[in-house]
Amino acid sequence: MDSKRRKDSPEEEKKRQVLPFPDEILECVLGFVKSHKDRSSVSLVCKDWYTAERWSRTHVFIGNCYSVSPEILVRRFPNIRSVTLKGKPRFSDFNLVPPNWGADIHAWLVVFASAYPFLEELRLKRMTVTDESLEFLAKSFPNFKALSLVSCDGFSTDGFKVIATHCKNLTELDISENGIDDAGGSWLSCFPDNFTSLEVLNFASLNSKVNFDALERLVVRCKSLKVLKVNKNVTLEQLQRLLVQSPQLTELGTGSFSQELTLEQYSDLENAFSNCKTLHTLSGLSEATSLNLHLICPACTNLTFLNLSDAALQGAELAKLLPNCPLIRRLWVMDTVEDKGLEAVGFSCPLLEELRVYPAEPFELDAILGGVTELGFVAVSRGCPKLHYVLYFCRRMTNAAVATVVKNCPDFTHFRLCIMNPWEPDYLTKEPVDEAFGAVVKTCPKLQRLAVSGLLTDLTFEYIGKYAKNLETLSVAFAGSSDRGMQYVLGGCPKLRKLEIRDCPFGNAALLTGLERYESMRSLWMSACHVTMNGCRQLAREMPRLNVEVIKEDGSDENHADKVYVYRSVAGPRRDAPPFVLTL
Amino acid sequence: MERTVTYENDLNLKATELRLGLPGTDDSDKQTPSGVRSNKRTLSETTEECRSKSNSGTSDARNDDTETAPAAKAQVVGWPPIRSYRKNSFQPKKTEAEAAGIYVKVSMDGAPYLRKIDLKSYKGYPELLKALENMFKFTIGQYSEREGYNGSDYAPTYEDKDGDWMLVGDVPWEMFISSCKRLRIMKGSEARGLGSYV
Repeated sequence: MDSKRRKDSPEEEKKRQVLPFPDEILECVLGFVKSHKDRSSVSLVCKDWYTAERWSRTHVFIGNCYSVSPEILVRRFPNIRSVTLKGKPRFSDFNLVPPNWGADIHAWLVVFASAYPFLEELRLKRMTVTDESLEFLAKSFPNFKALSLVSCDGFSTDGFKVIATHCKNLTELDISENGIDDAGGSWLSCFPDNFTSLEVLNFASLNSKVNFDALERLVVRCKSLKVLKVNKNVTLEQLQRLLVQSPQLTELGTGSFSQELTLEQYSDLENAFSNCKTLHTLSGLSEATSLNLHLICPACTNLTFLNLSDAALQGAELAKLLPNCPLIRRLWVMDTVEDKGLEAVGFSCPLLEELRVYPAEPFELDAILGGVTELGFVAVSRGCPKLHYVLYFCRRMTNAAVATVVKNCPDFTHFRLCIMNPWEPDYLTKEPVDEAFGAVVKTCPKLQRLAVSGLLTDLTFEYIGKYAKNLETLSVAFAGSSDRGMQYVLGGCPKLRKLEIRDCPFGNAALLTGLERYESMRSLWMSACHVTMNGCRQLAREMPRLNVEVIKEDGSDENHADKVYVYRSVAGPRRDAPPFVLTL
Repeated sequence: MERTVTYENDLNLKATELRLGLPGTDDSDKQTPSGVRSNKRTLSETTEECRSKSNSGTSDARNDDTETAPAAKAQVVGWPPIRSYRKNSFQPKKTEAEAAGIYVKVSMDGAPYLRKIDLKSYKGYPELLKALENMFKFTIGQYSEREGYNGSDYAPTYEDKDGDWMLVGDVPWEMFISSCKRLRIMKGSEARGLGSYV
C-alpha cells in the first residue's frame, strides 16, 4: 500500500525527506488506538491517516445496523477480525417493536464470508439470528473464536449444536437474555472430545436441562475456562463438582441455590467455594435460601461485582452477606431487600460505584407495601460517595430525596430512575418531580445517560436542555406537558445521541424542531405521542439523509404515526422492511 | 428554527388526534402542572376499574383515555421497562417472620436439669452444635457419615416423629428441624454404640 503523494515544491519535498514519517510507523502507532471514537477522530485528520486507519482497524462497532450496509463496511475496512453490531431500537426489549421487524444478521454474514474469512469475533445485540445463520457462521469462518448474543431472537439451541461441532477454536460462547426456542440441552454434548479452548461459557438464560456429564467433561478439559455461568437446572450438588474442577474461575454464575443439603454436601461446597480465590464476579443464586447463601462467603473476599437480581433476598440476609464482600463495586439486587437492605449497602459497601435495584413484582399495580423507597436511595448515597451508576425501580420518590442523593454523589454518569406508576407525583408534597431531575442535571456535570419517570412537566426538560451538557442518552415515558418539553431538549443537550420517548404529548412541532439535530444523533424513537404521518413526511422531505420509519399498528388512526424511528444512514432506506414499517 | 407546521389544515386532525386529556379540552400548549395533575385520578380510585382491564395493549389504553377521564392504566404494554426474562424468574419467598419458633427440650446425660432451645434460631448444624457445646460445656467430635461423631465421648441425638432416636447430622437441616421432637446428648459407651453398630 502506497501513500498518496501531492505535487510539492522542492522545499516542501526536502522537508519531507528530513522528517520521514513512514506509513508503517503510523500504522504501528495506530495499532495502539483501540477506542472506536478515537479511531474515528484519527480517520478525519487527513487522507493519509484515513487510509492508515482503515487498513489497521481490526475491530468495528456499529451501533445501528441500518446506518451502514455490509458492502460499504467491507469496502472501507479490509482487515476486520471482530464485529459488534446492534440492531433493534432499545424499546424492543419491552415488546414495543413487533416481531419480524428486521435486524437480521444473515445478509451481513454472507458479505463477511467473502470479505473477512478470518473473522474471529461476533458480538450482537438485539439482532435476529436464525439457526441457519448460526450454521452458516460455523461453517464459513475457520478461525472463529467468540460469539456473544445479547437480547437476540430467532434461534434455538439447535443452532449451538453446529457451533459446538464446527468451531474448533471457540473461546467464547455467551448467550444472555435472549427470547429463544429452547430445544433442549444436548448441544453441550456436541463439543468434540479434543476441544479444549473454551474460556467463556454463559448459558444462564437458557431454560432447558443440559447434559450434565457433557458439561462436567467440558469443564474438566478446558483448563483456561475463566467465565462459567450455568442455568437454573444445574443443582448445587452438580455445581460443587464443577467448582472443584475449575478453581481458576474469575466469573461464576450459579444454577439453582435452593437444594436441601446434607451436612457433608454443605461442607464440600464450603470447601469448593473457599478454593475459588480468583473470583471477582458472582451471579445466579436463584431461589437461594438463607442457609445456602452462606456458602458463597468464602469466595466473596475479592468480589467486585455481585449480581443478586435473581435471588429474592430479604434485607436481613443481604445485611449478613455484605460484610463478607468489602471490595464490591457493582451490586445488583431485587427490591425484596427493601430499604433495610439498602441501608446495609450504605453501611458495608464504601467502594460501591454501581447499584441496580430490580422490582420483584413490576406488574403488580396495587403493590403499596414492599419494595424500596426514597429512604433506601438516600441511605445508599450516604455510605457510597463513589456511586456513579444507578438503576432504581420504586413506587414512590420525593424531590428532596433525589436532591440529597445527588448532593452526596455528584459524580453520576448514569441516572436511571423508574417510578413504576406513570405520572406518580412527589410522595410527600404531591408536586411533580421536576425538581428531582433538575437537581440531577444541575449537580452532576458528568451525566451521560438519564431515564426520567414520575409526574413531569415541561420544566424537567427545560432543566435538562439547560444543564445536561454531556448527556448522550435520554429515555422519557409518560412525561411532559407540551411540545416545548421536547424542544428544550433538542435545543440544548449538544451531545445527545439517543432519544427514546413513549406516551408523551409531543407532536409534529417538537419532532420538526430537531431537524438539524438528528443527523448528529444515532437515533430517535417516539411512540404513542402526538406525531402524525404528515409531520413525519415533512421530516423525511427536508432531511433526505435520514431514514424516517413509521411502524403502523393494526386498527390505528390512518394519520397517526404510532411508532416513529428516525436515524441517520449512509445506506439509504431499508431494503428489507416488513409491510408494517413504512419508510417515508 | 421554528418551522410553520401545516398539519392543522389537513383533514381536521385535531378532532381525531389521540391525546392525554378529556375530550373537549384545548391543546396542551398552555397546560399548567396543576392542570396536568387534575386530569388524572389517583391510582387507588382507579384500581377497581383497572383490574378488569388487565393486559390491555397500548391502543386500548389510549382509547380508555379519551372515553373516560384519563386514568392510571392497567397493564400498559412494555411498562415498567422490565425485560420479559426477568418476569419469570421471581419466586415469592417465604418471609422470615412466618412460623413461630420450634422449641425443643435438650437433655444431657449426667446434667441435673434440661434446657430448651429454639431450633429456628440456628441457620444450620454447625451453629446448633456450637450452641450445644457452649450450653453444656463439652466438645462434640468430628462428624462423618461413616462413623458418626469421632473423637469425643458425646454424641448429639434426637427423637424424631416416629419415636426413634437418630444421630444429629444425617439428614438435611430443614428435614431435621421439622422432624425433631427433642434432643439428647448421649455420653459414654451408649454414645459410641450408636455410631458403630453393625
